[in-house]
This record gives sequence, C-alpha cells and structure tokens, in this order.
Amino acid sequence: MAIGVKVMKRPERETSYVRAALKGMVLTFKHMLQPKVTMQYPEERSTADERGSYTLANRWRGTHRMLADEQGRSKCVACGLCPQICPANCIKLVPGEDEEGNRYPLIYEIDEFRCVFCGYCQEVCPEEAIHVGVHFENAEYSRDRFVYDLERLTSQTHPVSTLWDPADARGQ
Amino acid sequence: MTPELKGFILLTVIKMIAVFSVVMVGVAMLTLMERKVSAWMQNRRGPNRVGWAGLLQPAADGVKNIVKEETYPSEANKILFILAPALAFIPALCLSAVIPWAAPLRVDFDWHLGFLGYFSYHGLMRMAVADLPIGFLFVLAVSSLGVYGIALAGWSSNSKYSLLGGLRSSAQMISYEVAMGMSIVPILMFSGNATFNEVIAAQQTGPFSWFIVQLTLSFFIFMVAGFAETNRLPFDLPEAESELIAGYHTEYSAMKFSLFFIAEYANMVTVSAMMATLFFGGWDIPVIEWDQHGTLAATLATGGMMFVKTFFFIFLFMWIRWTLPRFRYDQLMALGWRFLIPLALAYIVVIAIVMWLLTSALGLTNPNVRALVFFAINVVGCYLVFFILDRGSLLSGSYRREAIGARG
Repeated sequence: MAIGVKVMKRPERETSYVRAALKGMVLTFKHMLQPKVTMQYPEERSTADERGSYTLANRWRGTHRMLADEQGRSKCVACGLCPQICPANCIKLVPGEDEEGNRYPLIYEIDEFRCVFCGYCQEVCPEEAIHVGVHFENAEYSRDRFVYDLERLTSQTHPVSTLWDPADARGQ
Repeated sequence: MTPELKGFILLTVIKMIAVFSVVMVGVAMLTLMERKVSAWMQNRRGPNRVGWAGLLQPAADGVKNIVKEETYPSEANKILFILAPALAFIPALCLSAVIPWAAPLRVDFDWHLGFLGYFSYHGLMRMAVADLPIGFLFVLAVSSLGVYGIALAGWSSNSKYSLLGGLRSSAQMISYEVAMGMSIVPILMFSGNATFNEVIAAQQTGPFSWFIVQLTLSFFIFMVAGFAETNRLPFDLPEAESELIAGYHTEYSAMKFSLFFIAEYANMVTVSAMMATLFFGGWDIPVIEWDQHGTLAATLATGGMMFVKTFFFIFLFMWIRWTLPRFRYDQLMALGWRFLIPLALAYIVVIAIVMWLLTSALGLTNPNVRALVFFAINVVGCYLVFFILDRGSLLSGSYRREAIGARG
C-alpha cells in the first residue's frame, strides 16, 4: 500500500528555470547594495536608527542583583522564601539576627550555573530585595566565580527586571 | 645541460612558484570573499574583526586549522583516509599549470649564475607554467581525477553520510564530464587545435570573434557542467549539508578538511579561468592590438584583464551559490543525461553543418561575417532553449514523474 502523496498542480508549462534563476539572481544582487543590518555588538549595545530599534527587553531575566536600603545594607530579611521556591535549588541562605532582633542574611549565595532564571525569587520576595537583572555579559575566567555572594549581588548596578504583569501581557 | 635548457628550467621554476603562490593566496582570499558575498547578499557585514575589514580572516582560519586536533574514525581505512585529501588537492592545483595567465613575454638573457653556469633564454615566453600541446584535454583529464579523492574520502571514512556523498559525487562528476567534453567540441572545430594559445589566437581575429558571441549555448552547457564538476551549488549534492551533514568530508578535521576546501576553491579558479579562456578571449583585451606584441606592459595589462575575467566568473559562482537552491538527485541526473548531453550533441551537429555550408558551399572566409552568421544561429538557438524547451522540461518536478508512472 503506497503512501498517499498530495500532488500539487504546478504551472510547469509557464515557468522557465533559467529565467526564474536569473530573476532570483537580480534579487540577490539588489540585496548586496542594500544597507547592512548587523549590529556591531561590542561597540554598539543597542541601536535606534534606520536598521531598527534593538534593545534588551525590560522583562529580560539575567544575573541577579540584591537591592540595598539608604544605609547601604541589603534589604534582605532572611525570610527564606526564595530558597524555598527556587526550582533549581541554587540559593544558599543562612539567616542571622542582630541585637535589636532584626533578621539579616549571614550567608546569601546564588550559584548562577544552577540558576534557571525563572525569576520566582524576585516574585516571591516580600521586601523587594532580590531581583533578576537586565544583563547578560557574565564571562569569567573560573567556574567558582559564578557563585555570587551577598557583597557581589549588592554591588552590581545593572537595571533590574520588570517581571511579567498580567495586566500588561505584552510588556508595553 | 645546455644554457638554453637551464634557462628554460629556471623560467619554469619561477613561473611555478609564482602561479602556486598566487593560486594558494587567491584561494585563501576566496574563502573570505565567499563569506563576504554571502553576508552582503543577506544584508549582513561578514567577517570584519581580524585585520582591516576582515582581510586577515583567512590567516586566522589557516592557523586554526593547522593547530587543531586531527581525528581519525576508529573504523576508517587509515591509508586511504589520509591519502584522499591529497588526491583531491593535487589535481586541483595541477590544473592551474596549463592556463595561460597573460600574453607571452619576449625574454632575452644570458646570465652567469656562479657555479650553476650559464643560463640563457631568447624568444617569447608563454605565461603558462606548462604550455601543453593537448591544452584543455589535459584539463578535462586531470579534473576528472579529482573524483578519486572525493570518492575515496567518502568510502574510507566508513560512515554512511560520507559514503553517500562520495557515491553521489562520482556519479555526478562522471555524468557531467561527458557534457563538459562535448560542449567544447565546437571550440575545437573553430580553432582547429586543443592548445589554449590557439584558442585565444582564434578569438583575436575580429571584434565579434570571442566564442561567447558565436557559441553561447556551448558556454551555457560548459558553465552548468563546470558548476557540477566543482561540486558547487546548485550541484553540491556530495556535500548537501541538510541531507548528509557535510557529505564526503564529514569525518575530516583540521588541515585535511581544509585541503578539501582548498581543492574546491582551486577547482573554482580553474573552471573560471577556463570559461574566460575558452569563451571570453583569455587574456585578450578586446578591440586593441598592442597587447599581442610581447612587451612587459602588455603582459601586465593582459594579466590584469585575465584576472578581471576570472574574478567575474568566481563572483558568478558565489552569486549563484547564494541564490539557487540545491537540485534533487534525480533532477541532477535528468538535467545531465536528458538535457545537456543531447543539447551538446545537437549543437555540435548544427555548428558542423553551418561551418560546412559557410566554407565549402558558400566559400565565406571573412571572420566578421562568419561570426555574425554564428551569432544569428545562436540567437535562434538560445530562444529555442530558454523560451521553448525550458518550459517545464529543463527540470522535472516529482509531479511529472508521478504522471509518467500513472500512465505506465
């Protein structure tokens, strides 16, 4: 039993391969003369010109950032929600308490290699302390540099992500 | 050894070194050009990081390929696996030896070079490394040797993709060899000789005497067969990335892989130079006469002219590669056997009859009038081929095969 193949009716008597090929070659030659659209990445980080407007979306979820209060201390209260919700189990949190009874993280580490950049930590954080960032240039010379500690998370300056908002589903 | 022989050997060695280095550097730059042209045709910029505008990219690629690890498939036939790239590479480079790259130069010298003795040369020096009397027959013979490299590479890799690529390439190259050989029979009839020099001389007789004017259909067949011979798109079935990974060189790495690449581009240069020589007057600068007098300026100018012509065809190769999709295997075979070979045969018959009529029956000897007569025949021939025969019969889709099957 042969497999049924749908046979298309094509206008074979009207088409000429050679002339169709020439038509295609004219098209590609025209493209050679058109302006180039490539963004020259390390020199240009974003474009807004005749090539179009290319920037990172503000919903981009990249490497994390811990926000700090006015005194420069991290906003984290070591509630433990982010390691609880983290699906990749990449957040290490050891809570501590100062003499006034305020909780703060003794150790707060994120293993960026394990992280799946889901953004749940930002979503769950009651203090708006931990955020995923709009950032993607993460190259390092050794693997252990990818475990970000509290100091590193606090000192990063890249913009933080605006998570998905159901009211503005397309991010406009 | 006589001083004359030593002078001849000295000049030949100089020409060998010059042609070898120009071809190798040219091939390296062609890999860059291929990437640039492909980028421009897709509105991209292409490699522009290494050196000014990416000009050092071939050097970077070369260094990378030399220091890369050579891998050998454990079940491969080691000897043939190592031999195959050389078998593909050597014929490709040999071909550039017979092409006349510029007008002959008048050379006169009597030198005493230390203990080597006297060297002397008097007369015209052909600007081809080997000025063979069999000319383009040598090119046809040696270019078909290249199929051994590819077929052996496919077989010795002991991988199904490589084997399929090798098989396809042998079938394809052997089929199109026939059409290629037949397409230049009219040129043999015109020039009466197979050497490149005679072919070029026959194209210098008048303003219309370039063979492209008189033998357009031959050129068309030669060009299509040339694309198939060099395994370039739309005939790159031996490689066929989307079907066979990389075809016959799937299992190759580092410099061995690079040798296949160099062979492909060297073949491209040769076929382009052949097209320029056989149909576009070779190094001949049209209309003017002073380029044939053996001066240094004439040699340089004609060398530049040859470069321009060859370069144009190389660009055409790339232009077509980045425009046309690949043929299906049965379309390839049908185009070769059912269209190009009968067309070439019919064209030989037509040209032979017309030549006989013009020479014996009418006694026309004025080259310009003859050229115009052949041009008129060409116009009719091209109209027949491209406007009537081409309608759905140059290439048949699968739907036609189905229709034939349903009838039978």
